[in-house]
Amino acid sequence: MTRMAATRDGYGQALLDLADNEKVVVLEADLGKSTKSLHFRKQYPERTISCGIGEQNMLLTAAGLASSGFIPFASTFAIFTERAFEQMRNGVARPNLAVHLCGSHGGTHTGTDGSSAQSIEDLAIFRTLPNVVVLHPCDDVSTRLLTMQLADLSQPSYTRTARNKTPVMYDGRESEIEIGKGVIIKQGTDVAIIACGVMVSESIKAAEQLISEGISATVIDMHTIKPLDEELIETMAKSCGAIVTAEDHNIIGGLGGAVAEYLSSNIPTPLERVGVKDRFGESGQADEMLDLMEISSPHIASAAIRAINRKK
Amino acid sequence: MSMSSTELQELARKCRVEIVKMVYRAQAGHPGGSLSEIDLIAALYANYLRVKPDSPDWEDRDRFILSKGHASPGMYAILAEMGFISKQDLESYRVLGGVCQGHVDMKWCPGVDFSAGSLGMGLSFGMGCAISGRLKNSERQIFVMLGDGEIQEGSIWEAAMAAKHHELGNLKVILDRNRIQNDDFCETQMRMFDIPAKWQAFGWSVKEINGHDMDEVVEGLDFLKNTNDNPAILIAHTVKGKGVSYMEDNPSFHGAAPNDEQFAIAMAELGEVVN
Repeated sequence: MTRMAATRDGYGQALLDLADNEKVVVLEADLGKSTKSLHFRKQYPERTISCGIGEQNMLLTAAGLASSGFIPFASTFAIFTERAFEQMRNGVARPNLAVHLCGSHGGTHTGTDGSSAQSIEDLAIFRTLPNVVVLHPCDDVSTRLLTMQLADLSQPSYTRTARNKTPVMYDGRESEIEIGKGVIIKQGTDVAIIACGVMVSESIKAAEQLISEGISATVIDMHTIKPLDEELIETMAKSCGAIVTAEDHNIIGGLGGAVAEYLSSNIPTPLERVGVKDRFGESGQADEMLDLMEISSPHIASAAIRAINRKK
Repeated sequence: MSMSSTELQELARKCRVEIVKMVYRAQAGHPGGSLSEIDLIAALYANYLRVKPDSPDWEDRDRFILSKGHASPGMYAILAEMGFISKQDLESYRVLGGVCQGHVDMKWCPGVDFSAGSLGMGLSFGMGCAISGRLKNSERQIFVMLGDGEIQEGSIWEAAMAAKHHELGNLKVILDRNRIQNDDFCETQMRMFDIPAKWQAFGWSVKEINGHDMDEVVEGLDFLKNTNDNPAILIAHTVKGKGVSYMEDNPSFHGAAPNDEQFAIAMAELGEVVN
Protein backbone atom coordinates (compact mmCIF):
# COMPACT_ATOMS: atom_id res chain seq x y z
CA MET A 1 0.00 0.00 0.00
CA THR A 2 1.48 3.30 -1.08
CA ARG A 3 1.95 5.79 1.73
CA MET A 4 0.00 9.02 1.15
CA ALA A 5 1.22 12.40 2.41
CA ALA A 6 1.02 16.10 1.67
CA THR A 7 4.07 18.01 0.50
CA ARG A 8 3.33 20.80 2.97
CA ASP A 9 4.02 18.34 5.79
CA GLY A 10 7.49 17.80 4.33
CA TYR A 11 8.04 21.55 4.52
CA GLY A 12 6.98 21.68 8.17
CA GLN A 13 9.27 18.77 9.02
CA ALA A 14 12.21 20.35 7.21
CA LEU A 15 11.93 23.53 9.29
CA LEU A 16 12.13 21.42 12.44
CA ASP A 17 15.10 19.51 11.07
CA LEU A 18 16.84 22.81 10.28
CA ALA A 19 16.18 24.34 13.67
CA ASP A 20 19.60 23.47 15.10
CA ASN A 21 20.96 26.09 12.74
CA GLU A 22 20.32 29.24 14.77
CA LYS A 23 20.41 31.37 11.64
CA VAL A 24 17.15 29.80 10.49
CA VAL A 25 14.14 32.02 11.14
CA VAL A 26 10.54 31.46 10.11
CA LEU A 27 8.03 34.06 8.97
CA GLU A 28 4.29 33.60 8.81
CA ALA A 29 1.36 35.58 7.46
CA ASP A 30 -1.41 34.00 9.53
CA LEU A 31 -1.33 30.72 7.62
CA GLY A 32 1.25 28.76 9.60
CA LYS A 33 -1.32 26.13 10.48
CA SER A 34 -1.89 25.55 6.79
CA THR A 35 1.66 25.82 5.44
CA LYS A 36 2.86 23.74 8.43
CA SER A 37 5.38 26.20 9.81
CA LEU A 38 3.32 26.00 13.01
CA HIS A 39 5.45 23.10 14.28
CA PHE A 40 8.52 25.33 14.21
CA ARG A 41 6.60 28.17 15.83
CA LYS A 42 5.51 25.95 18.71
CA GLN A 43 9.07 24.89 19.50
CA TYR A 44 10.94 28.07 18.53
CA PRO A 45 8.59 31.01 19.11
CA GLU A 46 11.53 33.44 19.52
CA ARG A 47 12.65 32.66 15.97
CA THR A 48 9.19 32.80 14.44
CA ILE A 49 7.92 36.17 13.24
CA SER A 50 4.22 36.73 12.82
CA CYS A 51 3.60 39.26 10.07
CA GLY A 52 -0.17 39.21 10.40
CA ILE A 53 -2.09 39.09 7.15
CA GLY A 54 0.55 41.10 5.32
CA GLU A 55 2.51 39.26 2.67
CA GLN A 56 4.31 42.30 1.27
CA ASN A 57 5.69 43.22 4.67
CA MET A 58 6.62 39.57 5.29
CA LEU A 59 8.77 39.27 2.16
CA LEU A 60 10.73 42.43 2.91
CA THR A 61 11.12 41.69 6.60
CA ALA A 62 12.62 38.42 5.44
CA ALA A 63 14.92 40.35 3.11
CA GLY A 64 16.10 42.52 5.99
CA LEU A 65 16.81 39.40 8.04
CA ALA A 66 18.73 37.81 5.16
CA SER A 67 20.80 40.98 4.73
CA SER A 68 21.74 40.66 8.41
CA GLY A 69 22.95 37.08 8.15
CA PHE A 70 19.83 35.06 8.92
CA ILE A 71 18.26 32.36 6.73
CA PRO A 72 14.57 33.24 6.51
CA PHE A 73 11.86 30.80 5.49
CA ALA A 74 8.59 32.60 4.78
CA SER A 75 5.37 30.90 3.80
CA THR A 76 1.78 31.58 2.90
CA PHE A 77 -0.64 30.21 0.32
CA ALA A 78 0.85 30.08 -3.17
CA ILE A 79 -1.84 32.43 -4.40
CA PHE A 80 -0.93 35.09 -1.82
CA THR A 81 2.78 34.97 -2.64
CA GLU A 82 1.71 36.49 -5.93
CA ARG A 83 0.51 39.59 -4.06
CA ALA A 84 4.12 40.16 -2.98
CA PHE A 85 5.61 39.54 -6.42
CA GLU A 86 7.19 42.96 -6.73
CA GLN A 87 8.62 42.69 -3.22
CA MET A 88 10.14 39.39 -4.30
CA ARG A 89 11.42 41.02 -7.47
CA ASN A 90 12.83 44.28 -6.17
CA GLY A 91 13.47 43.51 -2.52
CA VAL A 92 14.70 39.91 -2.69
CA ALA A 93 15.73 38.74 -6.17
CA ARG A 94 17.42 41.95 -7.32
CA PRO A 95 19.81 42.20 -4.33
CA ASN A 96 20.03 38.37 -4.42
CA LEU A 97 19.13 37.88 -0.76
CA ALA A 98 18.65 34.25 0.22
CA VAL A 99 15.02 34.45 1.28
CA HIS A 100 13.12 31.18 0.91
CA LEU A 101 9.48 31.64 0.05
CA CYS A 102 7.07 28.73 0.19
CA GLY A 103 3.62 28.84 -1.35
CA SER A 104 1.38 26.05 -0.14
CA HIS A 105 -2.02 25.01 -1.51
CA GLY A 106 -0.78 25.54 -5.07
CA GLY A 107 -2.69 24.57 -8.18
CA THR A 108 -6.27 23.57 -8.89
CA HIS A 109 -5.65 20.41 -6.85
CA THR A 110 -6.16 22.53 -3.74
CA GLY A 111 -9.82 21.97 -4.43
CA THR A 112 -12.97 23.21 -2.80
CA ASP A 113 -11.82 26.70 -1.80
CA GLY A 114 -12.36 27.50 -5.46
CA SER A 115 -10.62 29.60 -8.06
CA SER A 116 -9.53 32.46 -5.77
CA ALA A 117 -7.26 30.03 -3.91
CA GLN A 118 -6.02 28.00 -6.88
CA SER A 119 -2.72 29.50 -7.93
CA ILE A 120 -1.97 28.54 -11.53
CA GLU A 121 0.53 31.31 -12.28
CA ASP A 122 3.10 31.09 -9.47
CA LEU A 123 5.67 28.87 -11.20
CA ALA A 124 5.58 31.07 -14.28
CA ILE A 125 5.97 34.40 -12.55
CA PHE A 126 8.71 33.39 -10.14
CA ARG A 127 10.57 31.64 -12.94
CA THR A 128 10.96 34.98 -14.69
CA LEU A 129 12.99 36.44 -11.81
CA PRO A 130 16.80 36.35 -12.12
CA ASN A 131 18.56 34.61 -9.20
CA VAL A 132 15.42 32.78 -8.02
CA VAL A 133 15.36 28.97 -7.77
CA VAL A 134 11.89 27.51 -8.35
CA LEU A 135 10.87 24.16 -6.86
CA HIS A 136 7.67 22.12 -7.02
CA PRO A 137 8.24 18.76 -5.32
CA CYS A 138 5.86 15.82 -5.62
CA ASP A 139 5.95 14.24 -2.16
CA ASP A 140 6.70 14.94 1.47
CA VAL A 141 10.10 13.22 1.42
CA SER A 142 11.47 15.26 -1.47
CA THR A 143 9.92 18.46 -0.12
CA ARG A 144 11.68 17.93 3.20
CA LEU A 145 15.04 17.21 1.59
CA LEU A 146 14.86 20.02 -0.96
CA THR A 147 13.80 22.52 1.71
CA MET A 148 16.74 21.47 3.86
CA GLN A 149 19.09 21.93 0.91
CA LEU A 150 17.78 25.47 0.46
CA ALA A 151 19.38 26.49 3.75
CA ASP A 152 22.81 26.12 2.09
CA LEU A 153 21.82 28.09 -1.00
CA SER A 154 23.20 31.61 -1.47
CA GLN A 155 20.26 32.76 -3.58
CA PRO A 156 16.51 33.12 -3.04
CA SER A 157 13.92 30.49 -3.85
CA TYR A 158 10.26 29.84 -4.35
CA THR A 159 8.82 26.42 -3.47
CA ARG A 160 5.28 25.39 -4.25
CA THR A 161 3.73 22.78 -2.00
CA ALA A 162 0.26 21.24 -2.11
CA ARG A 163 -2.56 20.99 0.37
CA ASN A 164 -3.78 17.47 -0.38
CA LYS A 165 -2.13 14.09 0.06
CA THR A 166 -0.47 12.37 -2.86
CA PRO A 167 1.42 9.07 -3.19
CA VAL A 168 4.92 9.08 -1.69
CA MET A 169 7.68 8.37 -4.21
CA TYR A 170 10.90 8.68 -2.32
CA ASP A 171 10.73 6.43 0.75
CA GLY A 172 14.08 4.63 0.45
CA ARG A 173 15.19 6.84 -2.45
CA GLU A 174 16.18 9.87 -0.39
CA SER A 175 19.70 10.04 -1.82
CA GLU A 176 18.37 10.85 -5.30
CA ILE A 177 17.05 14.26 -4.26
CA GLU A 178 19.16 17.21 -5.28
CA ILE A 179 18.17 20.76 -6.28
CA GLY A 180 18.48 21.12 -10.05
CA LYS A 181 18.47 17.39 -10.83
CA GLY A 182 15.39 15.75 -12.27
CA VAL A 183 14.73 12.16 -11.20
CA ILE A 184 13.76 9.25 -13.45
CA ILE A 185 10.93 7.64 -11.51
CA LYS A 186 10.11 5.07 -14.17
CA GLN A 187 12.22 4.15 -17.18
CA GLY A 188 10.68 3.70 -20.65
CA THR A 189 11.66 4.02 -24.29
CA ASP A 190 8.87 5.55 -26.42
CA VAL A 191 8.06 8.83 -24.72
CA ALA A 192 9.26 10.82 -21.72
CA ILE A 193 6.67 12.39 -19.43
CA ILE A 194 8.23 15.25 -17.50
CA ALA A 195 6.06 16.22 -14.56
CA CYS A 196 6.12 18.20 -11.35
CA GLY A 197 4.17 18.23 -8.11
CA VAL A 198 0.89 16.37 -7.92
CA MET A 199 1.18 15.50 -11.60
CA VAL A 200 4.06 13.08 -11.02
CA SER A 201 1.75 10.43 -9.60
CA GLU A 202 -0.79 11.13 -12.34
CA SER A 203 1.98 10.60 -14.88
CA ILE A 204 2.86 7.24 -13.36
CA LYS A 205 -0.78 6.23 -13.69
CA ALA A 206 -0.69 7.41 -17.30
CA ALA A 207 2.44 5.33 -17.95
CA GLU A 208 0.64 2.27 -16.56
CA GLN A 209 -2.36 2.97 -18.80
CA LEU A 210 -0.03 3.28 -21.80
CA ILE A 211 1.35 -0.24 -21.28
CA SER A 212 -1.94 -1.68 -22.58
CA GLU A 213 -1.44 0.40 -25.73
CA GLY A 214 2.00 -1.16 -26.10
CA ILE A 215 3.74 2.09 -25.18
CA SER A 216 6.70 2.29 -22.84
CA ALA A 217 6.94 5.65 -21.09
CA THR A 218 9.61 7.25 -18.96
CA VAL A 219 8.34 9.37 -16.06
CA ILE A 220 10.52 12.15 -14.72
CA ASP A 221 9.98 14.14 -11.55
CA MET A 222 11.21 17.60 -12.51
CA HIS A 223 10.97 19.03 -9.00
CA THR A 224 13.26 21.92 -9.93
CA ILE A 225 11.65 24.16 -12.53
CA LYS A 226 14.59 26.56 -12.38
CA PRO A 227 17.42 25.96 -12.95
CA LEU A 228 16.06 23.39 -15.40
CA ASP A 229 17.87 20.06 -15.72
CA GLU A 230 18.64 20.58 -19.40
CA GLU A 231 21.05 17.67 -19.56
CA LEU A 232 18.33 15.22 -18.56
CA ILE A 233 15.88 16.73 -21.04
CA GLU A 234 18.42 16.42 -23.81
CA THR A 235 19.03 12.77 -22.91
CA MET A 236 15.28 12.10 -22.96
CA ALA A 237 14.80 13.93 -26.26
CA LYS A 238 17.48 11.72 -27.81
CA SER A 239 16.46 8.40 -26.25
CA CYS A 240 12.64 8.71 -26.43
CA GLY A 241 12.19 11.20 -29.27
CA ALA A 242 8.91 12.51 -27.87
CA ILE A 243 8.15 14.47 -24.74
CA VAL A 244 5.10 15.32 -22.66
CA THR A 245 5.05 17.82 -19.83
CA ALA A 246 2.45 17.63 -17.06
CA GLU A 247 1.70 20.28 -14.47
CA ASP A 248 -1.18 21.56 -12.36
CA HIS A 249 -0.51 25.08 -13.58
CA ASN A 250 -1.47 27.32 -16.45
CA ILE A 251 -0.15 25.92 -19.71
CA ILE A 252 1.53 29.30 -20.21
CA GLY A 253 4.93 29.83 -18.68
CA GLY A 254 5.36 26.96 -16.23
CA LEU A 255 7.18 23.64 -16.56
CA GLY A 256 5.84 23.09 -20.08
CA GLY A 257 6.95 26.55 -21.09
CA ALA A 258 10.41 25.99 -19.66
CA VAL A 259 10.84 22.66 -21.44
CA ALA A 260 9.49 24.10 -24.70
CA GLU A 261 11.97 26.98 -24.48
CA TYR A 262 14.86 24.58 -24.07
CA LEU A 263 13.80 22.09 -26.73
CA SER A 264 12.92 24.64 -29.41
CA SER A 265 16.31 26.33 -29.14
CA ASN A 266 18.47 23.25 -28.71
CA ILE A 267 16.95 19.98 -29.82
CA PRO A 268 13.55 20.36 -31.49
CA THR A 269 11.48 17.36 -30.42
CA PRO A 270 7.74 16.58 -30.58
CA LEU A 271 6.33 18.03 -27.35
CA GLU A 272 2.81 17.93 -25.91
CA ARG A 273 2.08 20.10 -22.89
CA VAL A 274 -0.54 19.04 -20.36
CA GLY A 275 -1.64 21.88 -18.12
CA VAL A 276 -4.52 24.17 -17.24
CA LYS A 277 -5.70 25.61 -20.54
CA ASP A 278 -5.50 29.30 -19.69
CA ARG A 279 -8.66 29.34 -17.60
CA PHE A 280 -9.63 29.66 -13.96
CA GLY A 281 -10.85 26.82 -11.81
CA GLU A 282 -13.84 26.43 -9.53
CA SER A 283 -14.81 24.58 -6.35
CA GLY A 284 -14.43 20.83 -6.48
CA GLN A 285 -12.56 17.89 -4.99
CA ALA A 286 -8.91 17.54 -5.94
CA ASP A 287 -9.42 14.61 -8.33
CA GLU A 288 -12.50 16.27 -9.82
CA MET A 289 -10.42 19.35 -10.52
CA LEU A 290 -7.75 17.38 -12.38
CA ASP A 291 -10.48 15.85 -14.57
CA LEU A 292 -12.23 19.18 -15.13
CA MET A 293 -8.95 20.83 -16.10
CA GLU A 294 -8.16 17.88 -18.42
CA ILE A 295 -4.84 17.19 -16.75
CA SER A 296 -5.56 13.83 -15.05
CA SER A 297 -3.86 10.61 -16.15
CA PRO A 298 -6.05 9.79 -19.20
CA HIS A 299 -5.25 13.22 -20.61
CA ILE A 300 -1.54 12.67 -20.05
CA ALA A 301 -1.78 9.28 -21.79
CA SER A 302 -3.56 10.84 -24.79
CA ALA A 303 -0.91 13.54 -24.97
CA ALA A 304 1.78 10.85 -24.97
CA ILE A 305 0.16 9.11 -27.94
CA ARG A 306 -0.10 12.43 -29.79
CA ALA A 307 3.56 13.18 -29.15
CA ILE A 308 4.63 9.72 -30.34
CA ASN A 309 2.53 10.08 -33.50
CA ARG A 310 4.40 13.27 -34.29
CA LYS A 311 7.75 11.48 -34.43
CA LYS A 312 9.15 11.42 -37.94
CA MET B 1 33.51 63.80 18.01
CA SER B 2 30.27 65.52 17.41
CA MET B 3 29.81 68.36 14.93
CA SER B 4 28.22 71.64 16.01
CA SER B 5 25.10 72.91 14.30
CA THR B 6 27.22 75.36 12.33
CA GLU B 7 29.54 72.61 11.17
CA LEU B 8 26.57 70.43 10.22
CA GLN B 9 25.10 73.27 8.20
CA GLU B 10 28.36 73.59 6.27
CA LEU B 11 28.46 69.82 5.71
CA ALA B 12 24.92 69.92 4.34
CA ARG B 13 25.81 72.88 2.12
CA LYS B 14 28.69 70.95 0.58
CA CYS B 15 26.34 68.01 -0.01
CA ARG B 16 23.80 70.30 -1.66
CA VAL B 17 26.44 71.44 -4.12
CA GLU B 18 27.26 67.83 -5.01
CA ILE B 19 23.58 66.94 -5.35
CA VAL B 20 23.00 69.65 -7.93
CA LYS B 21 26.24 68.80 -9.73
CA MET B 22 25.31 65.11 -9.97
CA VAL B 23 21.89 65.80 -11.40
CA TYR B 24 23.25 68.47 -13.73
CA ARG B 25 25.99 66.17 -15.08
CA ALA B 26 23.57 63.28 -15.60
CA GLN B 27 20.85 65.61 -16.91
CA ALA B 28 18.51 63.36 -15.00
CA GLY B 29 17.66 62.44 -11.42
CA HIS B 30 15.84 63.77 -8.40
CA PRO B 31 17.18 66.99 -6.92
CA GLY B 32 14.06 68.12 -5.02
CA GLY B 33 13.84 65.29 -2.52
CA SER B 34 17.61 65.13 -2.15
CA LEU B 35 17.76 68.78 -1.16
CA SER B 36 14.86 68.40 1.29
CA GLU B 37 16.35 65.41 3.09
CA ILE B 38 20.00 66.42 3.20
CA ASP B 39 20.12 68.37 6.47
CA LEU B 40 18.68 65.31 8.22
CA ILE B 41 20.94 62.78 6.52
CA ALA B 42 24.07 64.87 6.98
CA ALA B 43 23.46 65.28 10.71
CA LEU B 44 22.56 61.59 11.04
CA TYR B 45 25.78 60.38 9.43
CA ALA B 46 28.02 62.96 11.08
CA ASN B 47 26.80 62.64 14.65
CA TYR B 48 24.70 59.53 15.13
CA LEU B 49 25.25 56.51 12.90
CA ARG B 50 27.67 53.87 14.21
CA VAL B 51 29.28 52.96 10.88
CA LYS B 52 32.82 52.42 9.63
CA PRO B 53 33.60 53.88 6.19
CA ASP B 54 36.67 51.62 5.89
CA SER B 55 34.56 48.59 6.79
CA PRO B 56 31.13 49.23 5.30
CA ASP B 57 29.93 45.65 5.88
CA TRP B 58 30.80 45.64 9.60
CA GLU B 59 28.07 43.34 10.89
CA ASP B 60 27.14 45.28 13.99
CA ARG B 61 26.80 48.68 12.32
CA ASP B 62 23.73 50.84 12.56
CA ARG B 63 21.69 50.67 9.37
CA PHE B 64 20.48 53.58 7.30
CA ILE B 65 17.80 52.63 4.81
CA LEU B 66 16.93 55.26 2.24
CA SER B 67 13.50 53.98 1.31
CA LYS B 68 12.84 56.98 -0.95
CA GLY B 69 15.66 55.65 -3.08
CA HIS B 70 15.23 58.13 -5.92
CA ALA B 71 16.69 60.78 -3.59
CA SER B 72 19.99 59.01 -4.04
CA PRO B 73 22.14 62.07 -4.83
CA GLY B 74 21.66 63.17 -1.22
CA MET B 75 22.89 59.83 0.06
CA TYR B 76 25.80 59.60 -2.37
CA ALA B 77 26.90 63.10 -1.37
CA ILE B 78 27.09 62.22 2.32
CA LEU B 79 28.68 58.82 1.61
CA ALA B 80 31.43 60.67 -0.25
CA GLU B 81 31.84 63.18 2.58
CA MET B 82 32.12 60.32 5.07
CA GLY B 83 34.62 58.43 2.92
CA PHE B 84 32.55 55.38 1.93
CA ILE B 85 33.05 56.36 -1.69
CA SER B 86 35.29 58.93 -3.38
CA LYS B 87 34.30 62.32 -4.76
CA GLN B 88 35.27 60.84 -8.13
CA ASP B 89 32.61 58.16 -7.66
CA LEU B 90 29.94 60.85 -7.63
CA GLU B 91 30.63 61.34 -11.33
CA SER B 92 29.36 57.82 -11.92
CA TYR B 93 25.81 58.80 -10.98
CA ARG B 94 23.49 57.23 -13.59
CA VAL B 95 26.51 56.28 -15.73
CA LEU B 96 26.88 52.73 -17.07
CA GLY B 97 28.84 50.61 -14.61
CA GLY B 98 28.90 53.33 -11.96
CA VAL B 99 28.66 52.69 -8.21
CA CYS B 100 26.11 55.53 -8.05
CA GLN B 101 23.14 53.82 -9.67
CA GLY B 102 20.01 55.88 -10.34
CA HIS B 103 18.44 54.56 -7.17
CA VAL B 104 20.62 53.51 -4.22
CA ASP B 105 21.62 49.87 -4.51
CA MET B 106 23.37 47.73 -1.90
CA LYS B 107 24.92 45.57 -4.60
CA TRP B 108 26.64 48.52 -6.22
CA CYS B 109 27.60 51.10 -3.63
CA PRO B 110 29.59 50.64 -0.39
CA GLY B 111 27.68 51.95 2.61
CA VAL B 112 24.26 51.35 1.10
CA ASP B 113 22.24 48.88 3.18
CA PHE B 114 19.18 48.50 0.98
CA SER B 115 18.42 48.30 -2.74
CA ALA B 116 15.73 50.90 -3.12
CA GLY B 117 13.80 52.33 -6.03
CA SER B 118 10.34 50.95 -5.45
CA LEU B 119 8.49 52.98 -2.84
CA GLY B 120 7.00 51.52 0.32
CA MET B 121 9.61 48.81 0.82
CA GLY B 122 12.24 50.24 3.15
CA LEU B 123 10.30 50.17 6.38
CA SER B 124 9.58 46.44 6.09
CA PHE B 125 13.22 45.78 5.23
CA GLY B 126 14.22 47.88 8.24
CA MET B 127 11.95 45.72 10.37
CA GLY B 128 13.91 42.66 9.32
CA CYS B 129 17.16 44.44 10.24
CA ALA B 130 15.68 45.48 13.58
CA ILE B 131 14.52 41.95 14.40
CA SER B 132 17.99 40.71 13.42
CA GLY B 133 19.57 43.16 15.86
CA ARG B 134 17.30 41.95 18.62
CA LEU B 135 17.97 38.27 17.88
CA LYS B 136 21.71 38.98 18.07
CA ASN B 137 21.40 41.01 21.28
CA SER B 138 22.97 43.90 19.43
CA GLU B 139 22.70 47.59 20.34
CA ARG B 140 22.50 48.49 16.65
CA GLN B 141 19.85 50.97 15.63
CA ILE B 142 17.97 50.97 12.35
CA PHE B 143 17.09 54.30 10.72
CA VAL B 144 14.68 54.40 7.78
CA MET B 145 14.09 57.52 5.71
CA LEU B 146 10.62 57.69 4.16
CA GLY B 147 9.13 60.25 1.83
CA ASP B 148 5.73 61.70 2.60
CA GLY B 149 4.26 60.68 -0.74
CA GLU B 150 5.70 57.23 -0.11
CA ILE B 151 3.45 56.58 2.88
CA GLN B 152 0.53 56.39 0.45
CA GLU B 153 1.80 52.86 -0.25
CA GLY B 154 -0.32 50.41 1.73
CA SER B 155 2.55 48.18 2.74
CA ILE B 156 4.01 51.05 4.82
CA TRP B 157 1.08 50.57 7.16
CA GLU B 158 1.53 46.79 7.24
CA ALA B 159 5.02 47.51 8.49
CA ALA B 160 3.95 50.27 10.89
CA MET B 161 1.48 47.88 12.51
CA ALA B 162 3.95 45.01 12.63
CA ALA B 163 6.80 47.11 14.07
CA LYS B 164 4.62 48.07 17.03
CA HIS B 165 3.31 44.51 17.41
CA HIS B 166 6.90 43.34 17.75
CA GLU B 167 7.82 46.35 19.95
CA LEU B 168 10.82 47.23 17.80
CA GLY B 169 12.35 50.00 19.88
CA ASN B 170 15.48 49.86 17.73
CA LEU B 171 13.55 50.92 14.62
CA LYS B 172 13.50 54.63 13.85
CA VAL B 173 11.87 56.47 10.96
CA ILE B 174 12.62 59.91 9.58
CA LEU B 175 9.77 61.20 7.45
CA ASP B 176 10.78 63.82 4.91
CA ARG B 177 7.58 65.84 4.87
CA ASN B 178 8.32 68.01 1.84
CA ARG B 179 4.67 68.04 0.68
CA ILE B 180 5.47 67.28 -2.96
CA GLN B 181 5.44 64.01 -4.91
CA ASN B 182 6.10 63.10 -8.52
CA ASP B 183 3.14 64.64 -10.30
CA ASP B 184 2.19 67.46 -7.96
CA PHE B 185 1.66 68.54 -4.36
CA CYS B 186 0.66 65.67 -2.05
CA GLU B 187 -2.45 67.60 -1.13
CA THR B 188 -3.59 67.34 -4.75
CA GLN B 189 -2.51 63.74 -5.36
CA MET B 190 -3.72 62.11 -2.15
CA ARG B 191 -4.71 64.01 0.95
CA MET B 192 -3.15 62.42 4.01
CA PHE B 193 -4.78 64.52 6.74
CA ASP B 194 -3.25 64.16 10.19
CA ILE B 195 -0.02 62.23 9.62
CA PRO B 196 1.28 62.44 13.23
CA ALA B 197 -2.07 61.14 14.52
CA LYS B 198 -1.90 58.20 12.13
CA TRP B 199 1.47 57.07 13.46
CA GLN B 200 0.38 57.69 17.03
CA ALA B 201 -2.67 55.55 16.39
CA PHE B 202 -0.36 52.75 15.24
CA GLY B 203 1.41 53.01 18.60
CA TRP B 204 4.54 54.88 17.53
CA SER B 205 6.33 57.64 19.41
CA VAL B 206 6.13 60.79 17.31
CA LYS B 207 8.00 64.07 17.21
CA GLU B 208 7.76 66.93 14.70
CA ILE B 209 10.52 69.33 13.77
CA ASN B 210 11.60 71.82 11.15
CA GLY B 211 13.91 69.65 9.06
CA HIS B 212 16.10 72.55 8.00
CA ASP B 213 16.73 74.10 11.44
CA MET B 214 19.88 72.28 12.48
CA ASP B 215 19.25 72.77 16.21
CA GLU B 216 15.84 71.16 15.78
CA VAL B 217 17.32 68.42 13.59
CA VAL B 218 19.77 67.54 16.36
CA GLU B 219 16.99 67.61 18.92
CA GLY B 220 14.91 65.36 16.70
CA LEU B 221 17.68 62.85 16.07
CA ASP B 222 18.41 62.81 19.83
CA PHE B 223 14.75 61.89 20.30
CA LEU B 224 15.08 58.97 17.84
CA LYS B 225 18.35 57.74 19.29
CA ASN B 226 17.07 57.84 22.85
CA THR B 227 13.63 56.33 22.24
CA ASN B 228 14.49 52.68 22.66
CA ASP B 229 11.34 51.23 24.18
CA ASN B 230 9.09 51.96 21.23
CA PRO B 231 9.32 52.42 17.46
CA ALA B 232 9.73 56.13 16.85
CA ILE B 233 9.16 58.50 13.96
CA LEU B 234 10.58 61.96 13.43
CA ILE B 235 8.33 63.96 11.13
CA ALA B 236 10.59 66.57 9.59
CA HIS B 237 8.81 69.44 7.89
CA THR B 238 10.98 70.33 4.94
CA VAL B 239 10.95 72.28 1.71
CA LYS B 240 11.40 70.34 -1.49
CA GLY B 241 14.41 71.69 -3.39
CA LYS B 242 15.65 73.55 -0.28
CA GLY B 243 18.60 75.83 -0.99
CA VAL B 244 18.02 76.47 -4.68
CA SER B 245 15.46 79.24 -5.11
CA TYR B 246 13.74 78.10 -8.29
CA MET B 247 13.56 74.47 -7.11
CA GLU B 248 12.05 75.29 -3.72
CA ASP B 249 8.47 74.12 -3.31
CA ASN B 250 8.36 73.48 -7.05
CA PRO B 251 6.91 70.12 -8.16
CA SER B 252 8.74 70.47 -11.49
CA PHE B 253 12.04 69.73 -9.78
CA HIS B 254 11.00 66.44 -8.18
CA GLY B 255 12.69 64.66 -11.06
CA ALA B 256 14.28 67.14 -13.43
CA ALA B 257 17.79 68.47 -14.02
CA PRO B 258 18.78 72.13 -14.20
CA ASN B 259 19.94 73.56 -17.53
CA ASP B 260 23.24 75.48 -17.87
CA GLU B 261 21.79 78.78 -16.75
CA GLN B 262 19.89 77.23 -13.85
CA PHE B 263 22.97 75.33 -12.79
CA ALA B 264 25.00 78.55 -12.57
CA ILE B 265 22.29 80.15 -10.46
CA ALA B 266 22.22 77.13 -8.14
CA MET B 267 25.99 77.16 -7.65
CA ALA B 268 25.93 80.87 -6.87
CA GLU B 269 23.10 80.46 -4.39
CA LEU B 270 24.88 77.57 -2.70
CA GLY B 271 28.06 79.62 -2.40
CA GLU B 272 30.06 77.47 -4.77
CA VAL B 273 32.56 78.98 -7.19
CA VAL B 274 32.54 77.13 -10.53
CA ASN B 275 35.37 77.60 -12.97
